[in-house]
Amino acid sequence: MMDILNALTVLINFTVIPALTYGSQLALGAIFVTLIYAVLRFANFATGDMMSFGTMFAVLLTYYFQTIGINFGFLPTALLTIPFAIIAMIIYMLLIDKFVFSYYRIKKSPPVQFAMVSVGVMFVTQAIIRIIIGPSDRRFIDGEKFILKANEFKEITGLNEGITLKSSQAITVILTLIIVSIMFWFLNKTKTGKSMRAYSDNEDLALLSGIDPKKVVMITWIIAGILATIGGVLYGLDKSYRPFVYFNNMLPIFAAAIVGGIGNPFGAFLGGYVIAFAEIFLTYAYKRFMSYLLPESLEPDSLLQLLSTDYKFAISFSILVIVLLVRPSGIFKGKTL
Amino acid sequence: MAFFEGIKMTAGYGDGPDIISSCNINVNRGEIVAILGPNGAGKSTAMKAMLGLITLKSGSVCLDGEDISKTSPQDRVKKGISFVPQTRNVFAELTVRENLEIGGFLREDGLEEMIKNIYELFPLLNEKQSQIVGQLSGGQRQQVALGRALMSEPSVLMLDEPTAGVSPIVMDELFEHIIKVKKTNVAIIMVEQNAKQALNISDRGYVLVTGKNKFEGSGNQLLTDPEVRRSFLGG
Repeated sequence: MMDILNALTVLINFTVIPALTYGSQLALGAIFVTLIYAVLRFANFATGDMMSFGTMFAVLLTYYFQTIGINFGFLPTALLTIPFAIIAMIIYMLLIDKFVFSYYRIKKSPPVQFAMVSVGVMFVTQAIIRIIIGPSDRRFIDGEKFILKANEFKEITGLNEGITLKSSQAITVILTLIIVSIMFWFLNKTKTGKSMRAYSDNEDLALLSGIDPKKVVMITWIIAGILATIGGVLYGLDKSYRPFVYFNNMLPIFAAAIVGGIGNPFGAFLGGYVIAFAEIFLTYAYKRFMSYLLPESLEPDSLLQLLSTDYKFAISFSILVIVLLVRPSGIFKGKTL
Repeated sequence: MAFFEGIKMTAGYGDGPDIISSCNINVNRGEIVAILGPNGAGKSTAMKAMLGLITLKSGSVCLDGEDISKTSPQDRVKKGISFVPQTRNVFAELTVRENLEIGGFLREDGLEEMIKNIYELFPLLNEKQSQIVGQLSGGQRQQVALGRALMSEPSVLMLDEPTAGVSPIVMDELFEHIIKVKKTNVAIIMVEQNAKQALNISDRGYVLVTGKNKFEGSGNQLLTDPEVRRSFLGG
């Protein structure tokens, strides 16, 4: 009995909690991708770097707040900086939209052209980030690091294995649930949200109903800015802020959006967790887990790891390809935006 | 002077040839006017020109005595002209009720009341109000489309082939609904392929051929006119 509990504890500590955290971060990015796709009708390749851009402001402001002595008690100071980072992010997005994307929108360019334009935006954004903050790795989390330490857990439960719950993990999951709930409430219950869905569904008829496309586009970028910044900051708090990693995260984020059915925000939300759990379950070394379940004589010599963690992007990529081949409309039923 | 009037409209798509030339169409409140004619006669084009979806090369469009030729389609919608396109005329991914709410997007008040009115006019929509429109049948969708267009309490309703692709029974039902709408003092212009049935419920009709007015008259006149019968109504 103890063995089974110990095994489960190992599994929760090393896979479930990290996957829930990572999944939440991917979910925010995936909703961002899906939202832009549904309303503006293109795959935004600048997603990763836009998240990085918002996070950059949070990092810089965190440093500034620390020097002038503002902190958020036991919570990371970065949470205080999020609103300001969001504003900076939204301004940047609206400027990009006005000077870059709107030109192609008025010309009614095909989506492929839009996607290529977003690649351009991606490079420019990367360059701006490198000029402002540089490419190096930064940790900017402060406040209380742990909510639950492994030793405390062991003492309370008397198990051999412990569960560690980092505050960044709890904050990520909770904040994601709050943001996503607010967003779904907005899309489904408010007049502006409904007009966005109507515009996404049938642009011409939306125009004939008096919906102002400029307003819809603006609101979309605003929501996108909020999602990108929060997703980016949460990822940075949990791991660290390194611009190049954000660019790499685009693959799992796109995979999550496509698994969920591109254009479907709820699917993207679930898709984030699907990708995260798949990545972590397939790259986790099950040796310790199995050692509790198997008799001593059968104890494994190898790590029991299906794939090296170096291959985690291959997992997102494989899921992406399989979903596109088997169910291109996504594995979750449901309406798009 | 009629309530809503297209006078000597000449228009085409882009730099292409004129699809309609010197075409006249008018309608009064509480009247149904049908635009008929063979394929490619410019029926839909005439309607789109009146809505402002294509720009006139010459001629004008007047609403209640005001020249609106230069007004954008969105602003014409605000002035009380509502349009039901032939295809993609509903928000397929939204519920019936949400479709109506979007139809009343520009309303500042009385949204609930107007939705109630629409439900009275189309009891079916009340029954299916929380269903996704994409799951409804063709005839039911057309009712949603009509309901959406009426939510702005328009003075002019333009219908592009409202009965395209529905069965004869559903067609009769839709026409009944259109007559009900007319009785609420709305001016209705419709383009129709089902010429006989359309003329039956219309006060007046226009027959267009190659973009020009060929015949016009009351529904009955056109129905009994031997030449119209021979060329368009199939004997």
